[in-house]
Amino acid sequence: MDRDLPLLSVRSVTKSYGARIGCADVSFDVWPGEVVAIVGESGSGKTTLLNCISTRLEPTAGTVSYRMRDGEMRDLYRLGEAERRFLLRTDWGFVHQNPADGLRMTVSAGANVGERLMAVGQRHYGNIRATATDWLGRVEIGADRIDDQPRSFSGGMRQRLQIARNLVTAPRLVFMDEPTGGLDVSVQARLLDLLRGLVHDLGLAVIIVTHDLAVARLLSHRMIVMKDGRVVEHGLTDRLLDDPQAPYTQLLVSSILQV
Amino acid sequence: MTAATYNFAYLDEQTKRMIRRAILKGIAIPGYQVPFASREMPMPYGWGTGGVQVTAAILGPDDVLKVIDQGADDTTNAVSIRKFFQRVAGIETTTNTADATIIQTRHRIPETPLQEGQVLVYQVPIPEPLRFLEPRETETRKMHALEEYGLMHVKLYEDIARNGHIATTYAYPVKVEGRYVMDPSPTPKFDNPKMHMSEALQLFGAGREKRIYALPPHTDVVSLDFEDHPFEVQRFDRPCALCGAEQVYLDEVVLDDRGGRMFVCSDSDHCETRQAEGFRGELAGEKLDASTSDRTEEVI
Repeated sequence: MDRDLPLLSVRSVTKSYGARIGCADVSFDVWPGEVVAIVGESGSGKTTLLNCISTRLEPTAGTVSYRMRDGEMRDLYRLGEAERRFLLRTDWGFVHQNPADGLRMTVSAGANVGERLMAVGQRHYGNIRATATDWLGRVEIGADRIDDQPRSFSGGMRQRLQIARNLVTAPRLVFMDEPTGGLDVSVQARLLDLLRGLVHDLGLAVIIVTHDLAVARLLSHRMIVMKDGRVVEHGLTDRLLDDPQAPYTQLLVSSILQV
Repeated sequence: MTAATYNFAYLDEQTKRMIRRAILKGIAIPGYQVPFASREMPMPYGWGTGGVQVTAAILGPDDVLKVIDQGADDTTNAVSIRKFFQRVAGIETTTNTADATIIQTRHRIPETPLQEGQVLVYQVPIPEPLRFLEPRETETRKMHALEEYGLMHVKLYEDIARNGHIATTYAYPVKVEGRYVMDPSPTPKFDNPKMHMSEALQLFGAGREKRIYALPPHTDVVSLDFEDHPFEVQRFDRPCALCGAEQVYLDEVVLDDRGGRMFVCSDSDHCETRQAEGFRGELAGEKLDASTSDRTEEVI
């Protein structure tokens, strides 16, 4: 795979809800192994944008194209639904803010991790279970919890389980919507540490939506700042946080609470 | 005052026509659930309203009808549906599997192998095999359309994780002609192999859920499983206590309050036929003529 070519290309994506806009004229590229953070305040169109590029919400205008495993760049909204859904459960991952949205709460942790494997045709119980055990270990969930249902897990464990469930098919691109939202700071720190390790080890490309600049600082290489559905600034994370140019970014950076 | 007269087989001709179209579509796409405009029937949902509508739609004056419930011809549901069709269609009924042209069933496939020309009509409570894992109908339809059946194995995985083996014993999911995953209605998985390459036409009707599906004769029906946990049917460690039959599905009958119990054929017609032929089980209660069969056992 050519690492010099973008994995995902977003061009002039616009989503309007009647007269109101969700996001307008957003363009950017994501390269393999790169972590891009989309930041902004509530209602700035971050999640709308994420849904548009992850084929969960069809944009009003613009194109989103993705480099498939065969190296060909394809327009996601011209793919058949079967292809799109296959992509979503093999080459992609989607980590929801609320783990209950991304997990099956009524089946065991092992089955949650194994579901994608079974969806792509694995039919050997022993192998599926071994892979699930391995992945639970990698997200720091004890092997003795494999047969427990996620409803008996704490918030942080559920989030880690959701991450394992998404990464089991070795995706190349993972979307994350506020993955640390609703967790307390120490659990957040552990999760971020884990994510940073996994992203680095697996060479994942990640598009992460967050309102927490600290999360963006820790995880991302590049940042996109949104306000009222538009991109106000984008650039390398360190540059952008240390030397914000746009007035809104300056406001955002200066609003961080200092302890 | 004269009793109200019904159209032949209760349903009006337009309704039968609508149901026959759904049946034909179901036969054309084996295992696919065809929606149909299910009617109110003079019995509560759960008593076989789907099966009764399918039977009514295919019944002709020359048909011979057999109705079984849990394999037996003499249980309430079977008796009332049989009487219903006797009254509204005036057709001949039977309890003999081989004589019947249409067999309406709840939960069992008769032990006597079905023949070409026979039709087996199942009463189905919940036609959607994915329902308990995916509650959204829009989503399950999409999953069928796109052949996304990974979820079905999640259920089997859960079974093994919790019980050490696939503990689903009835409504065991099958794949039809390598395409649609189908719920074989709450038949015991013991009967799943009988659906495979059956000589008879099999029709499934779900009245409350308004779905009809079908297996034409000689259809490939494979029970889902894992490579290291293959599909197995129930086994019984003793023969039928009345007729001595082996390799048949048995019902457990409690005899007293001191742990006494017997296992007898669930298919009452099969059991009676065998007894008439002279086969005897250990609790048959009469002395055997040793010449009748070499397979019979000593009686108390």
